[in-house]
Amino acid sequence: MLKQTEGSHAVAEAVALCRPEVICAYPISPQTHIVEGLGEMVKGGEVENCEFINVESEFAAMSVAIGSSATGARTYTATASQGILFMAEAVYNASGLGLPIVMTVANRAIGAPINIWNDHTDALSQRDSGWIQLFAETNQEALDLHIQAFKLAEEVSLPVMVCMDGFILTHAYERVDVPTQEQVDAFLPPYEPRQVLDPKEPVSIGAMVGPEAFSEVRYLAHAKQMQALELIPKLAEEFKTVFGRESGGLTRSYLTDDAETIVVAMGSVLGTIKDTVDEMRAAGEKIGVLGITSYRPFPIDSVRAALQNAQRVVVLEKSLAVGIGGILSTDVRMAMSGLQLRGHTVVAGLGGRAITRKSLRALFAKAARGELEHLTFLDLDWNVVNKQLERERTTRRSGPAAESMLRDVGVIAARIG
Amino acid sequence: MDKPFAITLDPGSSLANHTGSWRTSRPVYVDRLPPCNKQCPAGEDIQGWLFHAESGNYESAWRHLTKDNPFPAIMGRVCYHSCEGACNRGQIDEPVGINSVERFLGDEALKRGWKLTAPTAESGKHVLIVGAGPSGMSAAYHLRRLGHRVTVHEAGPLLGGMMRFGIPKYRLPRDVLEAEMQRVVELGVHVQLNSKVENILDTMQDGKFDAAFLAVGAHIGKRATIPAGDAAKIIDAISLLRSMEGEDQPMLGRRVVVYGGGNTAIDVARTAKRMGAEPLIVYRRTREKMPAHDFEVEEALQEGIMVKWLSTIKQADESSLTIEKMALDSKGFPQPTGEFETIEADSLVLALGQDVDLGLLEGVPGLQVSDGVVQVGSNMMTGHPGIFAGGDMVPAERNVTVGIGHGKAAAKHIDAWLRSEEYVAPVKHDTAAFENLNTWYYTDAPKTVRPMLDIIRRQSTFDEVQGGLDESTALFEARRCLSCGNCFECDNCYGVCPDNAVIKLGPGKRFQFNYDYCKGCGMCVAECPCGAIKMEAEEI
Amino acid sequence: MSFQPLHFYQTGTFTVGNRLLAEEDRTVQAEIGRTNSLNSGHRACQGCGEALGARFAIDAAMNAARGRLIAANATGCLEVFSTPYPETSWQIPWIHSLFGNTAAVATGIAAAIKVKKQKGEMGDVRVVAQGGDGGTTDIGFGCLSGMFERNDDVLYICYDNGGYMNTGVQRSSATPPAARTATTMPVGPEPGNAFGQGKFLPAIAMAHEIPYVATATVAGLHDLEYKVTKAMGMRGARYIHILVPCPLGWGAASQDTIKLARLAKETGIFPVFEAERGEVTGVLKIRRQQPVEEYLKLQKRYAHLFGKTPAVETIARLQAAADKNIRKYGLLDQEAN
Repeated sequence: MLKQTEGSHAVAEAVALCRPEVICAYPISPQTHIVEGLGEMVKGGEVENCEFINVESEFAAMSVAIGSSATGARTYTATASQGILFMAEAVYNASGLGLPIVMTVANRAIGAPINIWNDHTDALSQRDSGWIQLFAETNQEALDLHIQAFKLAEEVSLPVMVCMDGFILTHAYERVDVPTQEQVDAFLPPYEPRQVLDPKEPVSIGAMVGPEAFSEVRYLAHAKQMQALELIPKLAEEFKTVFGRESGGLTRSYLTDDAETIVVAMGSVLGTIKDTVDEMRAAGEKIGVLGITSYRPFPIDSVRAALQNAQRVVVLEKSLAVGIGGILSTDVRMAMSGLQLRGHTVVAGLGGRAITRKSLRALFAKAARGELEHLTFLDLDWNVVNKQLERERTTRRSGPAAESMLRDVGVIAARIG
Repeated sequence: MDKPFAITLDPGSSLANHTGSWRTSRPVYVDRLPPCNKQCPAGEDIQGWLFHAESGNYESAWRHLTKDNPFPAIMGRVCYHSCEGACNRGQIDEPVGINSVERFLGDEALKRGWKLTAPTAESGKHVLIVGAGPSGMSAAYHLRRLGHRVTVHEAGPLLGGMMRFGIPKYRLPRDVLEAEMQRVVELGVHVQLNSKVENILDTMQDGKFDAAFLAVGAHIGKRATIPAGDAAKIIDAISLLRSMEGEDQPMLGRRVVVYGGGNTAIDVARTAKRMGAEPLIVYRRTREKMPAHDFEVEEALQEGIMVKWLSTIKQADESSLTIEKMALDSKGFPQPTGEFETIEADSLVLALGQDVDLGLLEGVPGLQVSDGVVQVGSNMMTGHPGIFAGGDMVPAERNVTVGIGHGKAAAKHIDAWLRSEEYVAPVKHDTAAFENLNTWYYTDAPKTVRPMLDIIRRQSTFDEVQGGLDESTALFEARRCLSCGNCFECDNCYGVCPDNAVIKLGPGKRFQFNYDYCKGCGMCVAECPCGAIKMEAEEI
Repeated sequence: MSFQPLHFYQTGTFTVGNRLLAEEDRTVQAEIGRTNSLNSGHRACQGCGEALGARFAIDAAMNAARGRLIAANATGCLEVFSTPYPETSWQIPWIHSLFGNTAAVATGIAAAIKVKKQKGEMGDVRVVAQGGDGGTTDIGFGCLSGMFERNDDVLYICYDNGGYMNTGVQRSSATPPAARTATTMPVGPEPGNAFGQGKFLPAIAMAHEIPYVATATVAGLHDLEYKVTKAMGMRGARYIHILVPCPLGWGAASQDTIKLARLAKETGIFPVFEAERGEVTGVLKIRRQQPVEEYLKLQKRYAHLFGKTPAVETIARLQAAADKNIRKYGLLDQEAN
């Protein structure tokens, strides 16, 4: 059924259709609307046989999820930003124990300085946690990925994060096609756990494992993600049969076949990039786009196949690995290993900085001319940065950098604090 | 379930890990000898029979008791229960009233008509027993149970010996005495009353006895050389007590002076009191030095019996006695002071000890007599093979319980001797000392006081002075037992083991250690209330 | 009505079992067929109070739940010694997630059970969470408080041995004053753990006004089982705090574990009571009051109090703290009258 609705609510509806049994959450922007929606649906009886638990922290949220999932309940939670860091220990634990929890990450920057706006640093901080991480491009895809996520998680016994850009998607009202319960039921069977806490067949879950078996346990986690790599495209196919639309998969190529320049990115920015590419194509530029849906497992082969005929690759990412540059780029470059390609890392949209078509057009053109540097910070205000660097060089007690720079750009800290 | 590797494990699989290898010392179950048992002259397994009584199974308790001593109703009245003096509970509050529970069991048996267990097979051997007192009847019982033919020759007209002729009725009612004697007779013991053995060898030969046990009581009162006028009425204590059993009770007069400080002196004085006299005990030392048991002295005083301490009798006349006052010297011995006084007395009863008539032993080769008693080996046998002796006849403390113990010991040795073997007593366990116990676990429970007859009736009748316990008080008293050194299945070891290394075998079967898992922490030892577990160094 | 010891029967209810008691008055631990939820072969130290307390409590809970029980376990000694790969000592469904999240994991289990029960996929399975004092009073406190205030249907059991024993005996907020730990060494002007710090979690639990809060020790099995059984008979958040002496951390002889727990109670150092919805409803009275020295001197962690010049003032402060408990909870009979 087509609906004009908020991204968060679309996701809430999708989760509700998946017949969750336990939902636990702690409020953090921009994830709040999702769990508020679910809370209301559970309380109002729209979602039956489901416990909604208001926990005291994200750490507790993931911990409750661990308990309920281990007891065989289909379990959902959502978080963002600082929240995912606060639950980090439990995030690793959930995957270590092989519990198929589904969690929405409404992607948001990580402080300090505190910032509620979108980038991907939060989710990517957990890239090695053992979770499957899927990135949605649109609200429709966010909705669809949640349905696929439960099936994927439960088939491989691993938790799945569905990442959607905070505010840009979560708070955007768009038209979405909300499937029927029958469709979802046809796609997603009831949860059949691989291991479960059950007095009828007692087991001890969470043993202490020493050097004699730890490597094997870790390898098996990797092996499961490799299985997921096979499974994700199949599920996308299956999804298409049931729901009649393309959604999910490992990567999505756009005009890459003859592209000399391929832009690689994740999430909602792909829309802006595609619009820019369309404009540049119209101007005769051989440029294409590779969207990455499955960040973990990282589809090395699929990425490599998409890139192998290009001349240059521009990885545009909403994340920064401080001290080296890109996070996504590192993975893309691993996929490019051995290919004679020029690679560029563009760090863009941090903390909600708008990524405009104008800036992108200039950026891609520069890349096409072979003038783009190895690492670029899109639309960086060099004036502010240089002033601060100068201040720090000259004054020992230079004060907090963020406040100083805000003063320089003319925004008073107190106003947004 | 296809469980995740290593992270998820099958339940209880740690049984594969034998933590017993950590151990440097191991707990072992032991039975320690309870101090009551150790003390009991009759060799009773007191803790053992109390165990049954604790659960209210009185018949089992009685059967367990009578394996060692067939006379619990008598014991429960006349035994001086030195066991209670040894009882570890005395260090917590008061000793367990062993004697009162024993009496309860004895009385219960008489009330319910429980019979002693008859022998299952006959040995074909015939044993002569001389004397139907406690020692003789005890030996008769044990020998009979071992399958031997037993014939008892008793000089007197009734069974019981010194129990009848030396202990007043108010302490031991005669129906009780008779019933417990008869119960032994019913096992098939042949008794010949009024049949004094004049010469043991002749009697043995005549009766073709294979062995003999001599258990003649000390029926002859000792006489002191007190200058006395012709008219002075002087009688010995034992004769007096004996005459109480007959039709004609002695005429003592109103003012009866009893000379002596032993239990017999007390018995005589209390008997005289009941006959309407005003007895006065004259004793040369102080109350603290008096050999009579304190409770008997106390009871006598309660009944209004007067005692003249630190006094000796120098002269007896028709109606008066001359007394010399004594004083204790620095060593505590009484010394004459030269100070005299005269007291009125219608009769003087001498309670200065008793001797045994050893006439029957004359001419027995090998037999040794010294200090008026027969010498026996540790096997109770005299110097003459096949003749054993016990009770008052042999060197030992003279009381009913000791006599009964001799009877039991002698029976075992006679039984072995008849098979040309030697009886080797099982090695005694180490004593269960107070330090071995963890007394925290026992409930606070003061001793039950036995009812006493009211004082007026005690002064004027021969009714039994001390009452018995009823079922609830007997049960309570039995349950005050700490079961020193012997497992009473409290489950503490089973419960407190952090390694589940104690196996509970079920009621009456106690426990076992599972040394595969026991780490040797010693908690079971520390928390065993009764000290029935000890640690032993592990041999490596 | 709180637990009332039975007298008369030789050892009454002081011993684990008692052949003289009626069947219903005996402990779960006395049964041949007890669960042994924590099985042999675990790797706890000799005389471990926590291993004992855990079996006592979980067996009782299993008994009350008629075998339908799931346990969540915090990181710590209990977890490490019971489940090193490839063996587990647990015979019940059991999960270890993290150090600080056990109460929340249990909440999740309870929520799952509730739904599964509604759907008819599961019977009435009950949930126990358990951890040491570090995992409960310190790192796990947030999750515990959350579980309490939501009144989730979980019985949380804390095995308190007064420190982080698993990591080598460091101070926790349950470490008593003056005690030596690896991070409160007996040096300087105030040797051992400082006075005026730490928290008594049962009181904090009571402040949540949850249905049931109780304390117990491994020295009072009947009382402990009574409390676990009572707690299992209730719904909502329940908390039982069990004192479990640690031979290693306390520097005590392995056979003295129960004795020390007994002395902790008999001195008043550890008040044994129960409370419903924030109000104390019963106390286990001191039976044979002892001065605190009797408790302290058996433990090397207090050895610095008994050196050449005994720390009389410190001992007096510890005695005062015990006396305060006695007054506050009415631990002596005359106090209650």
